[in-house]
Amino acid sequence: MSSQIDRIDGPGMPLRGDNIDTDRIIPARFLKAITFDGLGDHVFEDDRAAMPDHPFSNPAYGQAKVLLVNENFGSGSSREHAPQALKRWGIEACVGESFSEIFRGNSLAIGLACVTVSREQVEQLMALVEAAPDTPLALSLRERSLTAGDLRVEIDVDEPVRDALLNGTWDATGMLLDDFDVVRGVAERVPYIRGF
Amino acid sequence: MGKTLLRKVWDQHTVRKLPTGQTQLFIGLHLIHEVTTPQAFDMLRVRGIGVAFPDRTFATTDHIIPTLDQSRPFADPLAEAMLAALESNCAEYGIPFWNLDSDRQGIVHVIGPELGLTQPGMTIACGDSHTSTHGALGAVAFGIGTSQVRDVLASQSLAFDPLKVRRITVDGQLADGVFAKDVILEIIARLGVKGGVGHAYEYGGSAIEAMSIDERLTVCNMSIEGGARVGYVNPDQTTFDYLRGRPFAPQGEAFDRAVSWWRSTASDPNADYDDVVEIPASEIEPRVTWGINPGQSVGVSDTIPATGAGVDEALAFMGLSGGAPIRGTKIDVAFVGSCTNSRLSDLREAARIAKGQRVASHVKALVVPGSQAVLAAAEREGLDQVFRDAGFEWRGAGCSMCLAMNPDRLDGEQVSASSSNRNFKGRQGSPTGRTLLMSPAMVAAAALAGEVVDVRTVMSHV
Ligand code: SF4
Repeated sequence: MSSQIDRIDGPGMPLRGDNIDTDRIIPARFLKAITFDGLGDHVFEDDRAAMPDHPFSNPAYGQAKVLLVNENFGSGSSREHAPQALKRWGIEACVGESFSEIFRGNSLAIGLACVTVSREQVEQLMALVEAAPDTPLALSLRERSLTAGDLRVEIDVDEPVRDALLNGTWDATGMLLDDFDVVRGVAERVPYIRGF
Repeated sequence: MGKTLLRKVWDQHTVRKLPTGQTQLFIGLHLIHEVTTPQAFDMLRVRGIGVAFPDRTFATTDHIIPTLDQSRPFADPLAEAMLAALESNCAEYGIPFWNLDSDRQGIVHVIGPELGLTQPGMTIACGDSHTSTHGALGAVAFGIGTSQVRDVLASQSLAFDPLKVRRITVDGQLADGVFAKDVILEIIARLGVKGGVGHAYEYGGSAIEAMSIDERLTVCNMSIEGGARVGYVNPDQTTFDYLRGRPFAPQGEAFDRAVSWWRSTASDPNADYDDVVEIPASEIEPRVTWGINPGQSVGVSDTIPATGAGVDEALAFMGLSGGAPIRGTKIDVAFVGSCTNSRLSDLREAARIAKGQRVASHVKALVVPGSQAVLAAAEREGLDQVFRDAGFEWRGAGCSMCLAMNPDRLDGEQVSASSSNRNFKGRQGSPTGRTLLMSPAMVAAAALAGEVVDVRTVMSHV
């Protein structure tokens, strides 16, 4: 069983922009490897080169654990390398307006929590962290809340995601193999395997 | 109320309800390639788990392979290591693998349908977001990440949340010069790049029904660009005719029995949809993207937007001006290829435009067939010669400049007219490279003119 995750504590990092795609999170050339090792060093590499004050290059956010994002974060390619790169850099949770479905699933599969809050709340949190980057953020999955200084917001997290993180079943392999006879049963039932 | 195809397939493949509330779904067909799988096999080894159904997984290589010199070892040691890892993993676990020396090798989403592996009513998964492509034959196909590849290898199943179904009806006739690519770009422009999150897109209506399977593959391919992980077209006679005789399709009388089951998987006429969207075919014109996500497109006779969310950032990156016509935008590179538009019919459309013409002197133009079968068929028809005579390079099959993990890539701030599916920053291999997405015919027309043109004006001369 994978570890149980009920809270994430640490500084935040504001990463502004809608539709930030996984090609930007980790450009395709860094996928040319047979392990995920070292991906953390290349997170947002091209965006950082184009933008010297990119949050991932800003030492003020160097210890960040909670990434604050806007809408449709992680769209595009299904590369798990994207959440892997974020996690290996040190990010433990993403808080944003919305996430692409595949990115959210890939994140869950490696124990990286993606939770949503409203656009206004993201803006408040970003402004707060920009003004005081050291502010500790406390994300509680159990209480469905995020606290930053005096600010406390309710987070939205899908029940299966929350359950999986709280119960440590986010690594799904074990659970999927629990009842393997039933899997076999389906294989014997579907006509394209059984034979037409 | 009747059921949708999604609902029927979902029910038929449900293993059980998981304690998390998700559904464990059986995966009927698993397709793998070299980029998203080496870590999955490593995780299996670390855990001492085997592959549950090695005969339900099929492998090919596409993303990293060079399209010019394919001699081994590859010049790029990293690419070589990835292919070598896939070779040894497939050998170790007994997974069928169509390598470069096979006439079945090609882009994973091109060969699945082509070989008849992809069939109506199936659940399909692949470590690639464009797995939605396979829905064109009435399959429910999911793009997944590497940990999920591991899970499919281990258990032939995955955990999913339920999906809603949005029916997108395109009725009427597409005008000449308007292609499946334009239909899906229009859909994404209208519904947005996140409009499909949480949904499967069911495409229907007379314009979709009139499409060939190749065209439906193009539409379903870009579902993910609209945020929909799954997209499909209900199977019909076009689907069955396409599948008949393909190597992995049922043969003889079994084929007829299969057809009756396939037919039964289609959405019922009174099916219950979560949402319905109607788009008249007559409103669609050839489209071109001007921005940095696939929702940012305009009709070729329109101007580039000057205001709106994300417009400033996109225009700054693209070096384009709001309010200017998209037509006349200079290009440096033209790319016909990718799992969106690299099938025989795509190459025919591009060749029809290119025939007897010359690529503009400042343009580098590439045609990259989606599979070795497409390549061979195109050569039998002499399309390679048409392209070569016009000044296009004719390359080996693979993903190539769609994501530039091989040597084919943009340089610096080059502008590419591309038949692929993503215009993200840096997508075609140069961090500052710019991509304009359009249909293969529009790419060919742009290659000749050296700038974006309306293919309809060119077509009247051919
Ligand atoms: S052609 Fe492009 S989008 Fe399609 S599978 Fe290859 S890299 Fe992905």
